[in-house]
Amino acid sequence: MTEFEERHQPPPDTEGTGEEGASHPDRFGSDEPQGDTGTTAAAATTELGAPPPIDHAPPGRPPREDLPPNITETGTATGWDEAADLSKDPAVIPDPAEVDVPDELRRAIESAMAQYPDRRSASIPALHAAQAVHGWCSPLALRQVAAVMQVTPAFLSSVASFYDQLNENPVGRNSVYVCTSVACVMARAKRVYEAIAKAGEDLEDTQIREFECLGACDMAPMASVNGRYIGPLEESDAEEIVDAIASGRPVLPGRGLGDPDYRLPWGGRA
Amino acid sequence: MSMTELRLLQHINEDGLASIDGYERFGGYQALRKALDMNADEVLSQLEESGLRGRGGAGFSMGKKASFIPKGTMDKYLCCNADESEPGTFKDRLLMQKNPHLLIEGIMIAAYAGDINRAFIYIRGEYELQAQILAQAIEEAKERGYIGERVLGSDLSCSLVLHRGAGAYICGEETGLLDSLEGKRGNPRLKPPFPANQGLYQGPTLINNVETLCNVPAIVSNGVDWFKSVGTEKSTGTKVVSVSGSVQRPGNYEIELGIPARDIVYGLAGGPPEGVEIKCWFPGGSSAPVLMPEDLDLSYDFETMAEAGSMLGSGAIIVVGDDIPIVDLALRLAEFYRHESCGKCTPCREGTNWTVKMLERIDHGEATPMDLEIMAQIQENIMGNCLCVLGDSMAMPIGSMIKKLRPEFEEHMERARLAREDPNKEIVLGAPDLASSGSSGLEAIS
Repeated sequence: MTEFEERHQPPPDTEGTGEEGASHPDRFGSDEPQGDTGTTAAAATTELGAPPPIDHAPPGRPPREDLPPNITETGTATGWDEAADLSKDPAVIPDPAEVDVPDELRRAIESAMAQYPDRRSASIPALHAAQAVHGWCSPLALRQVAAVMQVTPAFLSSVASFYDQLNENPVGRNSVYVCTSVACVMARAKRVYEAIAKAGEDLEDTQIREFECLGACDMAPMASVNGRYIGPLEESDAEEIVDAIASGRPVLPGRGLGDPDYRLPWGGRA
Repeated sequence: MSMTELRLLQHINEDGLASIDGYERFGGYQALRKALDMNADEVLSQLEESGLRGRGGAGFSMGKKASFIPKGTMDKYLCCNADESEPGTFKDRLLMQKNPHLLIEGIMIAAYAGDINRAFIYIRGEYELQAQILAQAIEEAKERGYIGERVLGSDLSCSLVLHRGAGAYICGEETGLLDSLEGKRGNPRLKPPFPANQGLYQGPTLINNVETLCNVPAIVSNGVDWFKSVGTEKSTGTKVVSVSGSVQRPGNYEIELGIPARDIVYGLAGGPPEGVEIKCWFPGGSSAPVLMPEDLDLSYDFETMAEAGSMLGSGAIIVVGDDIPIVDLALRLAEFYRHESCGKCTPCREGTNWTVKMLERIDHGEATPMDLEIMAQIQENIMGNCLCVLGDSMAMPIGSMIKKLRPEFEEHMERARLAREDPNKEIVLGAPDLASSGSSGLEAIS
């Protein structure tokens, strides 16, 4: 039994087993005796103070066959209906002596922490740095950052799960964000995304995803490939983009924001 | 406005402007020198008198906001909001990429006026190129003594840190930005206390948009009267507008506040492509209620846009052509806000989700005319009921679309319903060319 479990043990049964159902307030704080004490008393006699045992597993996600085909589940957070596992140890700050951190990563995190009055402000730069080393915010990466920053991995996980650019799943080191927000979608960005996603189906170590407004509506439809903005794109560019990423070549040279002499199709400068 | 009157974008395409030598060649950092020779209170009152209003969205007087910063010897903070994520907006991207020192100079002058000792630039994580350019510019400015202890021998001591975000629209909301800068999830905070009193690390904090701060050096250099010589009485100065969508020349244009919107959309941006008419337009980013083509003759300034039931917002004009089905656009917009809702307040978290589901019902032919009422009601239940305005930012445009383009919603609903009943039946309702593109999903604009 862990220390945490010991602290959270239900009180021992010292008062015999006579009238628990009536003398013990029910779980919702009512002092009224239970109307029908049959089941309550039976449950309470098994272990005083603990909620009645559940004889079935937590329901989990309900089957979705009952929904019409158009109702998507994308907006539903997972895990909301799963009970918390109280037998687990609470999160602790990792001991720096026990965690091996690559020197370069340690330096990056420490120099980030030095910039702020509060070291926790460095969580995003630190996670960016760890993601650059590990490819994603893996449990090991979180543990390393937590050891250097002296925060819990759970705190870092709360941060990593909030931001779109931090990944808690191994999605790949290369990123292709295709903007499908308002202005881009009016310029047929969905088709561009589908073309790139199809062409890049077998592309390894690369995340191809739709992204919300990247702030380049003058380049619509556009995409950000490893942070470099390219556009306007056509569906026919998909193969070239994927090939360039696969072979490590620059992607669409001359058509990226900041390239020398980059021009919008109508001749304007961006 | 002729080209010679450009202010923020005057030298924007000059080679080497992003370097400190290039910037100084065009008179850079002279305003900071001038400001440091003045009394800090004088600088503050100049900013207040100039009538400069926040360019990020809310349009609050910049000088007034700075004057709320309490006096005292505690740490005070300035956060430059460079988390430009409002769909349609890309003006700060241009300013930071081409003229980073203008922003740095503006920050240092504002820091002097507000007696601030720690400044941060919160730039969105997606702006990789701009972050690199800014980081380089900050190093150069530090070397020349424009940032740091006792700037140019004056009383001003202020650090400047570039902080990169990681992709969250909500971090552009000022209190969400503060939480994110403190290293947490970017959840907005309850106001009051306002950031001017308890902001970053619970200290007094001034938060300003990039473009607002970029206006500061010229006000100090040229004076209040010069600044107010263009614009309207309550919307002074110039504004960089980002025009996108169904126009021939999308891009950033600097305009004098108060010119007719038609001059921007048709004059500068070239109007919609041939064969396309304007269906509606967003005057200030995707969060602004839509206006109709006849509203294009309105004067483009803060007051007039508010009177017309919309807002100038971030100054991002998104033009929607009549080839774009409005239901599909509304759905895409609602999906954006659903994705970006932080989930802290129930009306926003649930309201954005249900709006998406109801728009999908319309698109799949399962909706009844009552659904439009319910959807409009959902929007009303979101507005004003959350800690921040993200929910309102969806409720306002969607509500305005339902109100102003209701026949199109009804027709889309009816067409989708008929298509669902009998997929093979040809549907003739005499409307835009929806029939050719089918009525389900985002096919029509995808």
